[in-house]
Formats: sequence, structure tokens, C-alpha cells
Amino acid sequence: MNRYYSTELPKSGRIAELVSDLFAKMPEIESARAVLLTESYRATEGKPIVLRRAMALHHILKHLPIVIRDREMVVGSTTLAPRGCQTYPEFSWEWLEAEFDTVETREADRFRISEQTKRELHEANAYWKGKTSSELADAYMTPETHKAIEHNIFTTGNYYYNGIGHYTCQYEKVLNAGLRGISDEAAGKLAAMQPGDQDYVRKSTMLQAVIISCQAVIEYARRYAALASELAEKTADAARRTELMTIAENCRRVPEYPAQSFGEACQSFWFIQQVLQIESSGHSISPGRFDQYMNPFLQRDLEAGRITRGAAQELIDCIWVKLNDLNKCRDAASAKGFAGYSLFQNLIVGGQTGEGEDATNDVSFMCITASKHVFLPMPSLSIRVWNGSPHDLLMHAASLTRTGIGLPAYYNDEAIIPAMMDRGISLREARNYSIIGCVEPQVPGKTDGWHDAAFFNMCRPLELVFSNGRDLGEQISIRTGEVEEMQSYDEFFRAYQEQMKYLISLLVNSDNAIDVAHATLTPNPFESCLIDDCMDKGLCLEEGGAHFNFTGPQGFGIANVGNALYAVKKLVFDEKTVTMKELKKALKFNFGQGLDADGAAALATEAIRDMRAQGQNVSEESIPAVAAAILREGISEEEKARFTEIWEMIKALPKFGNDDPEVDAFAREAAYCYSKPIETFRNPRGGQYQAGMYPVSANVPLGAQTGATPDGRLAHTPVADGVSPYVGTDVNGPTAACNSVAKLDHMIASNGTLFNMKFHPSALSGESGLDNFINMIRGFFDQKGFHMQFNVVDRDTLLDAQKHPENYQHLVVRVAGYSALFTTLSRSLQDDIISRTEQASTE
Amino acid sequence: MAEDYLQTKGRIFDIQRYSIHDGYGIRTIVFLKGCFLRCRWCCNPESQHYDVETMTVQGKPKTIGRDVTVEEVMETVQKDRPYYRRTGGGLTLSGGEMLFQQEFARDLLRASKSAGISTAAESTAFSEYRAIEELLPYLDQYLLDIKHMDSAKHKRFTGVPNERILENARRIAKSGMTELSIRVPTIPTFNDSPEEIRAIAEFAGSLPNVARLHLLPYHRLGLDKYAGLGREYGLPDISPPDREHMLMLKKIAEAGSGLECRIGG
Repeated sequence: MNRYYSTELPKSGRIAELVSDLFAKMPEIESARAVLLTESYRATEGKPIVLRRAMALHHILKHLPIVIRDREMVVGSTTLAPRGCQTYPEFSWEWLEAEFDTVETREADRFRISEQTKRELHEANAYWKGKTSSELADAYMTPETHKAIEHNIFTTGNYYYNGIGHYTCQYEKVLNAGLRGISDEAAGKLAAMQPGDQDYVRKSTMLQAVIISCQAVIEYARRYAALASELAEKTADAARRTELMTIAENCRRVPEYPAQSFGEACQSFWFIQQVLQIESSGHSISPGRFDQYMNPFLQRDLEAGRITRGAAQELIDCIWVKLNDLNKCRDAASAKGFAGYSLFQNLIVGGQTGEGEDATNDVSFMCITASKHVFLPMPSLSIRVWNGSPHDLLMHAASLTRTGIGLPAYYNDEAIIPAMMDRGISLREARNYSIIGCVEPQVPGKTDGWHDAAFFNMCRPLELVFSNGRDLGEQISIRTGEVEEMQSYDEFFRAYQEQMKYLISLLVNSDNAIDVAHATLTPNPFESCLIDDCMDKGLCLEEGGAHFNFTGPQGFGIANVGNALYAVKKLVFDEKTVTMKELKKALKFNFGQGLDADGAAALATEAIRDMRAQGQNVSEESIPAVAAAILREGISEEEKARFTEIWEMIKALPKFGNDDPEVDAFAREAAYCYSKPIETFRNPRGGQYQAGMYPVSANVPLGAQTGATPDGRLAHTPVADGVSPYVGTDVNGPTAACNSVAKLDHMIASNGTLFNMKFHPSALSGESGLDNFINMIRGFFDQKGFHMQFNVVDRDTLLDAQKHPENYQHLVVRVAGYSALFTTLSRSLQDDIISRTEQASTE
Repeated sequence: MAEDYLQTKGRIFDIQRYSIHDGYGIRTIVFLKGCFLRCRWCCNPESQHYDVETMTVQGKPKTIGRDVTVEEVMETVQKDRPYYRRTGGGLTLSGGEMLFQQEFARDLLRASKSAGISTAAESTAFSEYRAIEELLPYLDQYLLDIKHMDSAKHKRFTGVPNERILENARRIAKSGMTELSIRVPTIPTFNDSPEEIRAIAEFAGSLPNVARLHLLPYHRLGLDKYAGLGREYGLPDISPPDREHMLMLKKIAEAGSGLECRIGG
């Protein structure tokens, strides 16, 4: 007999209704949290910050309007409107005020906002002037860092504008001990301290904050119990009355006490997941190994005959719906980088236990089935693959992949576990890893990983090699020499390494500034009581309380830089068919393929500022006129022909992604230019920096700020995503692309790497299609690849969805480390997904 | 020199990786140039002539055919070893017809086997048996086309009679040296009647050691290539057989042969 039950369970009628209610309206911004937070902060001025945070949470949870939606079995909503969002002015708010009138019509992730909400938020926001974490972070950053951000070398906007999130807390502790148990633990530690202890001042305050926070959540659940009872009395529907009475009972018990049933466990899990989002605006608060901590409750109920498998599946499906009820409004620029209303709640199944046995259980299968039933982007479902993964679990996962939803993402234990151990994590802890957000591994319940710390565009330092550190006529980086005078490829490559090192140090300055600002102004006691060793240290997560501390900023554009370095070596230094001077000019003029307004403006700005620097009497005001002249006159036919010729020469060169050992080696070196310097830095929480190589969706907006690159990529087009080949350049099929990607050193990028593939549905048809698909993943993982994710939607469907979005409201596609509704993405991101190379099987 | 056979030269026109429809697992197909037959439905018309030629593809001229050594081909074939290992896949020779370049095919198969990579070939078996016999020790799977039992009709549609093919099929089957599958391109107006399929199935059933019978439904994916080569397509405007018709033929084939039958590769 199997160790687990693997048969796919049917979908209940309730789920379709819950989903359709969820998407009936455009998501809406609500003001309740901001108003309540501000009220509380006004009343607690002068108290220790961690206490103020706890008291604010208490005040919010006491008064936040609550709602039980029709037919819900698991309750708790952050907003009255489905998929609505609250705001978090303690981190930042000015962008929202500036976007009040455009947030409803902007390109990505639109939100409705009423006039009344605008007024209420405006009033609350006024309090926060000069008090936010973003303002403090600004004050901590060096002028050079500000300059680099202004010139789009990297962006640290994620944690600058928002809370941190990006952790997996100890859900199992709440399920097994209850918040009462955790609160008692805090009280016990408090009682054991003496006022004269060295750490008494901070620790006792932190523990008091924990006790207040737990009490706040317990009372919040009781409000839901009361509401459920009230609705039960009112309803004429007998079946619904029974359901509401069950909900009321559940909410009376959990999360205060240990869960006694699978239903209570589901409700307890949900309150934690939901309240964590209210406490801070950090996203990627990831449920982690849900199958591991939920299965014991299911098994106990099944053995006692208290639940049917079908009813348990329905409860899991209900949680899946709720995960899509949570939402977040980001500033317009960030919304493009995190497009698709995503909260990146990563939930992972399978893998190994801490002792190295296969961890697959009934709930692992049910989670995959739930994603088939609910068919929405959340949770970001992931699966751990190891040498001992059962074939039927992978087949079940592949059958979900085949639907085109872009889930699950596949992770390789055999590479991730050793990579984590290299960061000082024990074997047992590493075997228990889960994934945060997009692709970031961590030890759940023990880590503050700061995983999504920045987007670093690796193409920009390459541009600065060509300009000797200047951008738009300003010296924004170090001088690495005039590129025309470089005598060898080694000299050129060293210049790139130097530019990278310097700019990475500025990125670190920016992240550390934001880090200190969060520690100072926005420590979060509730999340901290669910992560080791915060209570022992008496420090919140933001203050360095976690057992493991990392900062993981992600670089992207590896394929472009690898191909570019190769092209420079081949054409300029080996074959000498193009001079560096010619190449530099060809890049400036976009290989003669036409300049857009941004390109012309950049050239004009540079020209005018260079003239001013040489003491000429020209004004910056003449820039638009010069730009217009550049656009009008273009370049000579002769130059245009030569630039086009250079472009064709570059395009004809081998490219990363085709299993060509020579060019692949350049991509490997390019990746090292980011991953090696990064890991030499440390953060204010005492942890190490570790590189990630994934772009979320920022390769599109940040590509739009990048000129043409020597790999033949045209100006202002997207750069390569993650570790994937550059779009359209991998032409030798999926195994060749896999082999190239596997040649990168994934283990050093322990904050995660992301490999996107797009398949035509026919390649996954039939049992043998799935079988070969799984084994292709295994073949890639045998070579120590980290991660793979797939889009299985044919091009025509996507093109049609662009034309008739109304017919494709529920079309889910894989973006980067997450799936999203295709029609909510910006046009440019949609185009990027469509242009990814489609892998078909050959006849 | 012992490794001389790695230097044997041949002419190919394509290598396709991640092929999952011919043979076991994930395979790499090497397409050899040149064929003895001129099947009217051929979906790879650029494979028929041995000479290097030019085909217009999406408006641009493309050279079809390049000369390579066994060693050069093996360099690409070796690259997907991780996937062969996971799936039982390997090298497949297609074409064209491998027997048209028998020495090259033999040495390529030998090189693959000695590298521990399994081998398969799609072949018409139209040659002297001695030539086939020489490669059997290096060939794990023989995917052999039987197109028609009536030799005259066979000749009319493929350019050659079928006696030698049938005789070779018998001898390959009897040798027991390779896993033999019989494949029937199912072409409307040529061989898609119940009687014609039954006759082929009965022949297949009469052979020893046949693993299975495949009915490969006619498709028109190669049609543009004829225009690109400036050649006439040898069949009238016919549609691929529908699914029901194929299922009906499959039943007949099963009954006639007593073998496991599949639609498609």
C-alpha cells in the first residue's frame, strides 16, 4: 500500500461560486487600517516603538470592519470588498496621494478608490510626514547611492516603500500550542527576568508587545465568532446555519487554543496568514510546508471518522480562495515590477523531512488538486523534487502544469540543500527548507531573509564601461578608463568587474539604510513571536531577532551580459572586425535601428552637459530642441548601414541557451560578476548578503531604462529574465536551453535562481508527454539546476487574450517567480511573455 | 587506428533534440540526406536527394545538407545524456534513409552504442540485407515502414516495388537482434482502406519478434517545403484521416496482426 492517498478528489460547487464572487468587482482601496493606525499612534507618542506597534495592531484588530462572505467556510477578511487592500502609511504614503486619481486607470494592477476614502487617507497621512521608514532610509543613504538609484542602476523600492514580509512563520506552533501558549511562553520569560539584567529593557518591552499582539489576534477571532453566531441566527438556510455555527465554534477556539480538528487547523492557519498581512505591508509571507504541518490534523480526523476526504479537500480549496482575497496596492512603478496583484504567498509540497526521508503525504496531493480546482494565481504553489520524489506526485504536478496555469514551480533539493549548508545552515535545517515569494529558499520559522532586497540591472554597469562611469553627462560611477583605449578583452572585462563591484557596494548601502530604518521605526512583534530566536533575544525580526539573517538582492540580465561580453571579445579583440569606437557609437544609436524619444533625449542631455563641462555657454533648456533635432535628422545612411552590419554580425554569433560551451562560459562569468562580490557584504542584522538571480517582472520596466547592449538587444526593450536565455535566442530546443542554464553556478546564488520555459501544450500531451516532461526537469536537476517554471499556453491564445481581454478574465500565466492573471499585466509585460521562446517537441 | 570509424563522413541536414514522439524517451534525431524512395506524401522532401540543395524557408534561402564526421555528430548527441539516462532515450537516425549512407549510419550507431547511448532508426529497409545485417549489432530499435502489400501500387506511390522491403522485414524479425516495430504511414487515397491496412497487419502479425504496430496518420506539415524546393507535391489535395477512421483502422490492425497497435509514433 502507498504511504499516501493520491487519487484526485472532486471539486465542490461552492468553490466556483466563491471564485466568481471574488472577481465580481475591481479591487478597492480601503482606509480603515490607516485611520486606526494613526489614531493609535497619536495616542501612544513617547512610548517604546515596539509597544506602539503592538498597541496599534490591537487597536486596528479591535475596530477593523469584519465580514463573512457568502458560503465561506474559512473566514477572516482584511477588507470589506473582495480583493481589497488597506494602506500602510508608516512605511510610505506620498506616492499614493500622488496617484489617487490615476490608480484606477493606470497600466498595471488597478484599484478603485472612493472620494471618501481619499479624504480619510489624506487626513491620516498628514500625521506621517517626516515619520516614515522610507524618509528615514533616505536620510541614511549616501549621495552616491541616491545618484545610482536616480540613474536606474538598481532599485530598492520594495522595502523602501513597504514592510518586509518574506518569511515563513511557525504556523505549526500556533496549531499545536495556540496563541495562548505562545503568550504564556512570553509571560514566563518575562517573569524569569530581573530589572537589572543587561537585556531587560529591550527584551521585557518586546515580550510585553508579544503578549499584547497575541491578545489582539485572539480578540479579533472572537469578533468573527460573534459575527458568525449572529449570521447563523439570521439565516433562513438551514445548511448554511450549520456551517455558520461551525465557523463560530472554530473562531471561539482558534487561534487561541491548539486546533482539535482539521477544520480548526484550517481556520487557525488562516487567521495567522491574514493578520500577518495587517501587521505590516510586507508581501511574500509564505505558508511554506503546508502539507507537513496540516497533514497530522487530517490524519487524526480521518482515523476518527470525523471528516471525509472530500470535505477536507473543500476546506483546502476554501483557503486557496482566501489567499486570493488578500491584496496590496503598490506605487505605479513598483506595480510594474511586481505586476499581477501578486502577494507571492509561496506554498510548497513534497521534498524531504529533516531526517532525509521522503515527505510526500495526502495533503501534498490535495494542494495540487486545490490549485486545479480554484485555478487562481495564489498560492504560488511549489514542489520540491529530490532523487527520492515519488513519480506519481510529479505526474500529478505535471498534470497541473499542463493546464497552463504556470503552477507549480519545481525546486531541486539536491542543489538547494547543499547551497544552504554553504551558508552555515545545518543539514537537518536545510532539509526542511521552504520557498519564500518567488524562488528564495529559507529555513522556515527561523529566518529573516530579506529576500527581495533589490533589483540590480547587470546591463547598466556594462553601459558605464562604455561611458567611463558617466550617465547623461554626469559622473555617477567610478572611472574605469576610456573604452576606446582598452587594449585587450581582459582589460574590458576587468572594467566591467570594477563597475559591478562599486555599484554593488552602493546597493548594499541602500539596503542597509532601509534595514536600519525598519529596525528603528517598524519592528513587528506579532510576526516576531512566531520566528526563532526573537523572543529569546528580545528583538523583533527587523532588529535582528531571527536565528538566520540574510539580505538577498537579485541581479538580472545575465544572458545579455554573457552574450555581450562574448560579442566584444570575438568581434573587437579576436576577429577585429569591429572597432570599439564603432561599437560604442552603434550602441548609442541603437544599431541604426531607430531612436525613440528617450534615446534621443539621453543623447541630447549627454551632449549638452559635456559641452557645459568643457566650459561652453549652453543651457540645459536647449536639451529638448537638440533631442528633437537628433530625432529629425537621424544618422547618415553610411553610418546606419555600418551599424546595421555590426548588428547582423552580433546576431549571427552563438548565444547563451544553445548548449554552446564557449558562449555559455561567458554567461557563467557574467553571473559571477554579481554573485561573488555580493556575498562579501554583511547587513546590520549581522547576516550575510547572498545573490539571487530572478527579476520578478522588473526585467521589463528596468529594460525600458537601458540602452542598446552589445549582445544585439535594442534600446529600451526588456532584458533577459532570471537565468533564462534571452528571448528568442535559444533555438536548439528545451534540453539545450536546460544544459546552458545548468552551466551557471546556481549554488552560489543561494537566494534563488529563476529559469522560465514556455512550452507548446502539445509537448505535454498524453502520459508519455508528462513523463518526458518530468524527466527533462530531472535531467536539468541532475546537473544541479535550482528551479524551473513553465508557461504552457500557446501563442495564439495569448494574442487573442490581448485582443479580447473580456474573454480571458481568468487566464493565469507564469510571470517570473509567480503566476498572475494575464489581462491585469501591462501591455509590455504581456508582450515579453508572448515573445519568450516557445519550446515544442519535434516530430 | 582503432577509432577510425569516428572519422567516417556523412551528409546530414538536421539534428533535432528533445524529440519525444519516435522511440523511447527523450531522443536526438539525426536526419540523413538521401533516400531510395520517392514517397508522394513525404514530409521531408529536402531529405530525398543526396545533393546539397537550397530551399526557401520563410522567404529566405537555406542550404540543406552539410558534411560531417561521426565524431562531430556525436558531440551534439552526447549533450543530452542526462535526459537519455532519465528516460531511456537516445539517438534516432532518420532521413532520408540511413541505408543510403550505410557506412556512415553504421559507424554513427556504433559510436553511440560504445558511448553507452541507445539507438533507434526509422528506415525503409530498402537495400541489400547484408547492408542491414551489418548495422543490427549497433541498433536497439528498428522502426520499419511497411507502406503497402501490393507491389505495383507501392511502386506507383513510392517509386520502388516492395518485395525487397518485405523480405528484409522477415529477415530482420528473424534475426532477433533488434526490437522491431512496424510503422504504417496511413495515407488517404493510397492505403487507408480497411482491406489495405488489414493486409499489412496480417503481414506484420506473421513476423516473429515484432514489438508493436504503429499507424501514423497522414499530415501535410511538409507541404510548404515543396514550394520552397520548387517541386510539385505528389498527392492531390487530401485531408488527414479523422480520428474515428483511425480508431477503426486501429481495431482492424489489432485484429489482423494480434499485436499491440498505436496511433502515432
